[in-house]
Amino acid sequence: MTVSDREERILAIIETARAKTPRFRDERITMAHGAGGKATGTLIEGLLVPAFGSAALAELADAGSFEVDGASLAVTTDSFVVKPLRFPGGSIGELAVNGTVNDLAVAGARPVALTVSLILEEGLDAQTLRDEVEAIAAAARAAEVEIVGGDTKVVERGHADGMYVCTTGVGRRDPRASLSPSALRPGDRILVSGPIGEHGTAIMVARGELGLSAEIESDTQPLWPTVDALLEAAGEDVRCLRDATRGGVASVLNELARASRVAVLVREADVPVRPDVAGAAEILGIDPMYVANEGRLVAFVAPGSAEAALAALRSVPGGDQAAEIGEVRTEPPGMVLVRTAFGGTRVMDLLVGDPLPRIC
Amino acid sequence: MKFVDEFRDGELGQAVAGEILGIVEPGRHYKVMEVCGGHTHSIYKYGVDDLLPANVELVHGPGCPVCVIPMGRVDDGIALAHEPGVIFTCFGDMLRVPGSNGTLLEAKAAGADIRMVYSPLDALRIAREHPDRQVVFFAIGFETTAPSTALTLKRAKQEGIENFSCVCNHVTIVPPLRALLESPDLRLDGFIGPGHVATVVGARPFEFIPAQYGRPVVIAGFEPLDLLQAIHMILRQLREGRCEVENQYTRVVPREGNLRALEVMAEVFALRPHFEWRGLGFISQSALRLSDDYADFDAELRFSMPGVRVADPKACQCGEVLKGVIKPWECKVFGTACTPEHAIGTCMVSPEGACAAYYSYGRFARQREVV
Repeated sequence: MTVSDREERILAIIETARAKTPRFRDERITMAHGAGGKATGTLIEGLLVPAFGSAALAELADAGSFEVDGASLAVTTDSFVVKPLRFPGGSIGELAVNGTVNDLAVAGARPVALTVSLILEEGLDAQTLRDEVEAIAAAARAAEVEIVGGDTKVVERGHADGMYVCTTGVGRRDPRASLSPSALRPGDRILVSGPIGEHGTAIMVARGELGLSAEIESDTQPLWPTVDALLEAAGEDVRCLRDATRGGVASVLNELARASRVAVLVREADVPVRPDVAGAAEILGIDPMYVANEGRLVAFVAPGSAEAALAALRSVPGGDQAAEIGEVRTEPPGMVLVRTAFGGTRVMDLLVGDPLPRIC
Repeated sequence: MKFVDEFRDGELGQAVAGEILGIVEPGRHYKVMEVCGGHTHSIYKYGVDDLLPANVELVHGPGCPVCVIPMGRVDDGIALAHEPGVIFTCFGDMLRVPGSNGTLLEAKAAGADIRMVYSPLDALRIAREHPDRQVVFFAIGFETTAPSTALTLKRAKQEGIENFSCVCNHVTIVPPLRALLESPDLRLDGFIGPGHVATVVGARPFEFIPAQYGRPVVIAGFEPLDLLQAIHMILRQLREGRCEVENQYTRVVPREGNLRALEVMAEVFALRPHFEWRGLGFISQSALRLSDDYADFDAELRFSMPGVRVADPKACQCGEVLKGVIKPWECKVFGTACTPEHAIGTCMVSPEGACAAYYSYGRFARQREVV
């Protein structure tokens, strides 16, 4: 079927519009701005990046890089507002440490130090607070980072849903790593470090609003050992790493396809998903590719090192289900295509709406 | 997943696709409409249309319950949600549908107490838990979801829950189909009938389509193999010169429908004389209101709703897209004024809408070879 000139023109208009930096034109913040999808992108790229104007920020990496007296460092910050505070497999305290050290890890930096700010709601049960403080301490020990500073604030009842936690992390950049969101090349292989969709599904089930019961645990865990093994095995052939948090693996792939101006093809049948997660997602009508993870990364690796990289991912404890899920292509730039298990192909776009607020 | 994976078997899919290829007449262009939004969703999710020859085109019908809600009803809902003391509940996909002045999601951000529920029973539970608040459920959907709304209202009545009410936007599938078929510029060869609706109403309500309009109908399930098989059955009817209602979804759809569900619906609902459909205009006897016995639970009577009527934007050509008269890209505002982020028309609102899908796929929708 030939494409008429007029249709061609209209498609070109759309493609130009899609490639443009989004502008922030919304009248109010809605929950969609926090979902990691299109609205979040508009907020970050349309308001924050232009206002702050730093080159490091424009990279849109998980952590920003800078040099101090020859030392190459990375810094990142994250806030945690998850509801409920405790869920199978973790809690807000553990999440607050892992979320931040993982942003450092996937930027190729070994986590070194952390600050912790607690925003506490008037009336919060002291035992709940003690439990979370202990969870933060334990997670920091496990991730081998030192907590070197912090802050506490208390807000009136009704303003913070128990507690919010903000953490800032500093890491030392690993010389083996040369990672960039714009480094993807056609032919690169795409790997995930384990089964996806567990954290978001665990939270959904834990909220008890769905009448589902399933023993699904959050996958929250520190990722530096995984990154360390990957860099040891594939070094500079690791083009880019991302932890697939809000918006899931689908959002990571879309962001990087755009940043590198390449296409991404995912083979759905090769994506590891636990059967109970797949079942819950089926009932809820949600695609696990869009569900948040807190201990899984997506790695883009040059083809020559893909096998070694996969072996490295699988060598890490808990990594036995790591898999190669697809590859980088030339056409169509900026888009993510999925070869479905049924044999068709579809576009996997950024999420417009919000499947589930406040998962981290 | 047992009893699900069997219907997603890629090898079987290839086999049915091969049979479809064998049955199409070279040079003839087929347009088949899947009526139901659930079918549209499956088609995209599994890439079903990718397995079809390029001269078999699927046209996405009016069966997305979210997309057909007119702007005026959304505006009414938003006004209701802003009433003091009201907790407004609805399904999640309703939150993003634009009215003439924003969405329910934006109304929520502006302070209205709007809560997403997965079932009308959840809305009733909220009413029980907040006896001091008025809890309104914004009911949408075809005959598929209407029975659960009906059961919820029955329970509310039995329990005497007075702070619960319902804005009934339930619609029925046959009148818009008839409206489409009446259209002189219709270009459709057959219909994939809505499996879930047929589970409730049975196969009989669709018999007028072959009888009066000479188009085959195959009622289908929602897995990709169901859809491929239904398409094959439609093409076979066309090939053999037959024209009837066939049921591909026999494992779920009984010919007579679900009598118990129909009974509850008849008790709780009554037909509206007419109802406005986004993109299709007013269609007579196409929607349900609460019956007189349940008038106490009718939010439209309990609250003073503005009852605004907002005309579909002039430039919007969703009606023609729905009828298969024009392609999405032929619409005057497609891709320029009307985009998924700022949708004007129904076909762009839901990701399952014809225009939203085309917007995402772009030129990759048409790379298949012509047979």
